[in-house]
Amino acid sequence: MNKYLLYPGCSMESSAKAYMESMNTILEPLDLHFEEIDDWNCCGATEYLGINLIPAYSLIARNLALASKQKNGTRTVVAPCSACYLNLAKADHYMDERPALGEKVNEALAAGGLHYVPGTLDVRHLIDILVYDVGLEKIRNAVVRPLTGLKVVPYMGCMLPRPDYQHRWSDHEHPTELDDLLRALGADVIDYPLTTSCCGGHMTQIGPETAFELIRRLVADADERGAQMMVTVCPMCQMNVDAYQNEMNNFFSTDYHMPILFFTQLMGLAFGREPKELGIGAELVNSRNALAHIGVEVPVTQEPAAPRKKDEGLPMPRRWTKHEDRKEAVK
Amino acid sequence: MTDERVRAGLTHEEDLSLLHEVSMKTAGVSRLEMCIQCGTCGGSCPAAQDMDHTPRMLFAMLRAGMREEVLRSNTQWICVSCYHCVVRCPQEVHIADVMYTLKGMAIKEKLYENSTAPDFSQTFVDMVETYGRSFEMGLASRHYLKHFPLRLPGMMPMGLGMIIKGRMALIPKKIKQMDQLTKILDHAKQLEMTS
Ligand code: SF4
Ligand code: SF4
Repeated sequence: MNKYLLYPGCSMESSAKAYMESMNTILEPLDLHFEEIDDWNCCGATEYLGINLIPAYSLIARNLALASKQKNGTRTVVAPCSACYLNLAKADHYMDERPALGEKVNEALAAGGLHYVPGTLDVRHLIDILVYDVGLEKIRNAVVRPLTGLKVVPYMGCMLPRPDYQHRWSDHEHPTELDDLLRALGADVIDYPLTTSCCGGHMTQIGPETAFELIRRLVADADERGAQMMVTVCPMCQMNVDAYQNEMNNFFSTDYHMPILFFTQLMGLAFGREPKELGIGAELVNSRNALAHIGVEVPVTQEPAAPRKKDEGLPMPRRWTKHEDRKEAVK
Repeated sequence: MTDERVRAGLTHEEDLSLLHEVSMKTAGVSRLEMCIQCGTCGGSCPAAQDMDHTPRMLFAMLRAGMREEVLRSNTQWICVSCYHCVVRCPQEVHIADVMYTLKGMAIKEKLYENSTAPDFSQTFVDMVETYGRSFEMGLASRHYLKHFPLRLPGMMPMGLGMIIKGRMALIPKKIKQMDQLTKILDHAKQLEMTS
């Protein structure tokens, strides 16, 4: 079976375009066919669920209803974003676990002429498809440029292996699927105990101090272990570790430079594609030096303005003063 | 009842109405009443240091019917939904989903100290209800202008970087059948969980 329905999710079209571009390059060599769910809508990320229960689940379920109409020879929906994956899986699971919720959601869907029977679809993440359907053997065979000598830490993030309604992963706290896949590409995979630690999620936007500390732990540990880059399977993890790394550095007066790429970008490289086709260079913490270790040359793109002076720290709003002491401590 | 009494486990004056209400409003089967106060959740939580109450303590307060204290706690807002506690809880309490329920209840009753998080969620929801898709650029700029004007200069290199690198759409995308989605959401808003 190699046909799937694709739920890309909003970030694949904007902040995580590189993920989409690189994913598209690996489909053909692996004999995969993805068909986008027509007119899919946002899954609500981690925001709608906290506002209003039934609308939140109806929003997610509209996608499931559209997908189940479109089936086209497959019942599997692939979501490359961990947050989207979890939301879709969650709606499918809870509509079944709590029939009262399923009924209400279907009542709402009926207003738009739609219906979804929980259990109709299998919701799976991209890496699940690659490791368990395609298989590591086939991936290994497609490698023409082994990533030998590239020291990476595999970062699975939290929303992929947990809560895991369908028991798809090897472990909830230290799953090894990403390790195995990167090894199949020839990379030098460093054991990373924080592989499922949270990147801060939406806290980068609403409670930066909480998020900065979570990002600091991830980056510092990867750095201490000698990693040249982190590898992720999730747009939100990529965004937090990459785009906020500079701010995190300012906040703690640290000087980390830890690039983070999508696993599909490394697959593309290993399959012989060029950085430009894989969106490499779109990351804010550039991976140029890291990739030079495997002889890959990344063209220089325009860089954002230089970071502000380190000793200034960040002008934090007064309500977040609780950890002022922490900031002092690391100075 | 004071926090100290709850901490000491003196929650004998049980009032389960709040617990039942929260359970009913939670997506799946919350299993809240199964909590044995073991503390595994707080011990596993990467953000516990910033929380007013650990999840365990919050659930003790729920059991004691301390409605206002529970809804005012920052715990549900600090929760990053990492599900670490969820997979470790020996009683399989749906902790992360209970946090979502508490956010919703606190918003409805306007019982929160700091409006950043509810506003962020609401701004996000507004975008989705208008376009059917989320729109990072609009979200970030609206949110920062309102809550972190002082952070804006510091964020400029990042924002610019995202734009230069083509990672932020300047114009939002709209789904084709927006009417259909609007009808669904409007109807959904009139429904409530009754069992
Ligand atoms: S881990 Fe579960 S049982 Fe233990 S205190 Fe937390 S919610 Fe209760
Ligand atoms: S889901 Fe929330 S409460 Fe549970 S460990 Fe993660 S941040 Fe803490």
